[in-house]
Amino acid sequence: MKTANTSFECLLRRTLKRMAILSVSALTLSASAAELIKIDGSSTVYPITEAMAEEFQIAEKGKTRVTVGVSGTGGGFKKFCRGETQIANASRPIKEKERAKCREKGIRFVEIPVAIDALAVLINPKNTWVDHLTIDELKTLYAPESQGKVMNWNQVRSSFPDRPLKLFGAGVDSGTYDYFTKAVVGKEHSSRGDFTASEDDNLLVQGIAKDENAIGFFGYAYYHENKDKLKAVSIVYQGNKAVAPSPETAKSGQYQPLSRPIFIYVSLNKPTDALKRFVQFYLDPKHAKDYVSEVGYVPLPKVAYEKALNNFENEKTGSAFAGGSKIGISIEELLIAKTID
Amino acid sequence: MSDLIKKVDQAWLQPSERFIKRRAMRAAFMKAILFGCASLSVLVTLGILYVLLSESWAFFREISILEFLTDTQWTPLFEDAHFGILPLLSATLTVTGVALSFALPAGLILAIYLSEFASNSIRETVKPFLELLEGVPTVVYGYFALLFVTPLLQQLMPNLAGFNLLAPGLVIGIMILPYTTSVSEDAMRAVPNQLREGAYALGFNRMQTAVRVVVPAALSGITAAFVLGMSRAIGETMVVAIAGGQNPNLTFNPTEGAAAIPAYIVQVSMGDLPHDSMGYKTIFAAGLTLFLITLAFNIIGQLLKRRFREVY
Repeated sequence: MKTANTSFECLLRRTLKRMAILSVSALTLSASAAELIKIDGSSTVYPITEAMAEEFQIAEKGKTRVTVGVSGTGGGFKKFCRGETQIANASRPIKEKERAKCREKGIRFVEIPVAIDALAVLINPKNTWVDHLTIDELKTLYAPESQGKVMNWNQVRSSFPDRPLKLFGAGVDSGTYDYFTKAVVGKEHSSRGDFTASEDDNLLVQGIAKDENAIGFFGYAYYHENKDKLKAVSIVYQGNKAVAPSPETAKSGQYQPLSRPIFIYVSLNKPTDALKRFVQFYLDPKHAKDYVSEVGYVPLPKVAYEKALNNFENEKTGSAFAGGSKIGISIEELLIAKTID
Repeated sequence: MSDLIKKVDQAWLQPSERFIKRRAMRAAFMKAILFGCASLSVLVTLGILYVLLSESWAFFREISILEFLTDTQWTPLFEDAHFGILPLLSATLTVTGVALSFALPAGLILAIYLSEFASNSIRETVKPFLELLEGVPTVVYGYFALLFVTPLLQQLMPNLAGFNLLAPGLVIGIMILPYTTSVSEDAMRAVPNQLREGAYALGFNRMQTAVRVVVPAALSGITAAFVLGMSRAIGETMVVAIAGGQNPNLTFNPTEGAAAIPAYIVQVSMGDLPHDSMGYKTIFAAGLTLFLITLAFNIIGQLLKRRFREVY
């Protein structure tokens, strides 16, 4: 009951804030046209960026407007590299191909890790048979070879009941899907095709919350908001003991291999002052600590934000990921790693 | 004095040539504008058809129609891409079947009641309420199916999936009810009274008259109502997108979830598909399929409607 209460309070607070922003911007709209910062991309990063955007707009008293879209990490990068947005939310690093697109258009960017997410595997609270899953079992669930074949819970583990499987998961345009497939199946962007794959994480929450036989995966924040409707599965990796996803286990590095850094990419294509102010606001360790934990993610250590801001101000452009997602990389390593445009 | 009156009279009764010309021009101008408005709807339809055909053409250059119609898997965005429309089609048809199996009997009973039994005052009260159902936004119907009907049905059927085709089917049935009812009621009321009087003269009671005389006489109109309702159900988007599930699943079992054609289109349009990618083209191939099905049902419905009008 407590969780329901807090999530309701959170919603109420957000709504009030939104109203405040609206009234403030309505007041200033007549005085001068507000500057606009456009952001699009991952639904996993969305809750953080949205919280930052709201606080930032209040702090700016309507001088700047920030819009945050959700079209998946892939969709976000497409718009970003066409120059349509100034910031891309990303739950995986930028890909080779996407970097080439940005280069083509002359868009240089800074890669900034903003938080750590424990990519959660969720089941219905009435599911009594699963208390943990191994990575191999997850692979059985989602591997391409399982398509049309693994349709029943007892095919995953023989002690599981004879019940149909209802699979859900992040949409194929999302970084969450890419990271999950890389960490679980072993190959990025490779999975079975016969499951409900949606960019809309709320739809996945609905689907799993309403079906005893369901299992799915998405970013921790959406579990954090719906703890009363979902149950998170503990994960067994390389024979270690089962670890449940939580900010603590993600931070300590115990929740492997599904905890991962999530990013924003900031365009240096004629950056406005408002954009610079927004990035400074975003990377202020105090803001990060408050708003990142508020939505259920793990803030990075203070020095990481300072280093990241430093990278932004010194225009350290490019990505530290030449070969796609790295499983289990530390943030400190990431921020000092060599980057490629 | 009388001269002046005569002059004025003439000016009134015989308008100058200039005036007549201007009036004719104005009429022609208005006619052109009205014609433009009328042809706009036709042009828009043709434009949609053109876009659908040209984009689908690009799709069918890469995927053969045979594969499109016979492959049993639909996974266009995944690595192992399959382009079989059957799973989407099966879901669409299942939802439509459920919708009709509710709307057909309910609509018929309602129409019989309203046309043959209800007093004028009752009819005048009930009809606006029915029409109110038509005015409810479909997104509301969608969440009604997901958040109210599905949990209700799950109480009766514990094995019902969270996303299933049964709930959206029933809700779409409710949605098309006003339409099917009013069209079939019109058809029944168009049955000449002599037929009813003849039936009464032969000793039929009201029920027998309604069921054995009026309904058969209005049958083609009633059929038209349901065929038109069916084409509406097939194209209905929000309800299946919200409550039907988004997983392409070749099944005719309404207790399972599956993506219908409109639900698929909604789902892929939410991500950011690059122009010219295969995923982008599938939208149009799926859209064309939907268009052809609804077009066929509309034509059949219109033909039936016309036929029943010619009888009397």
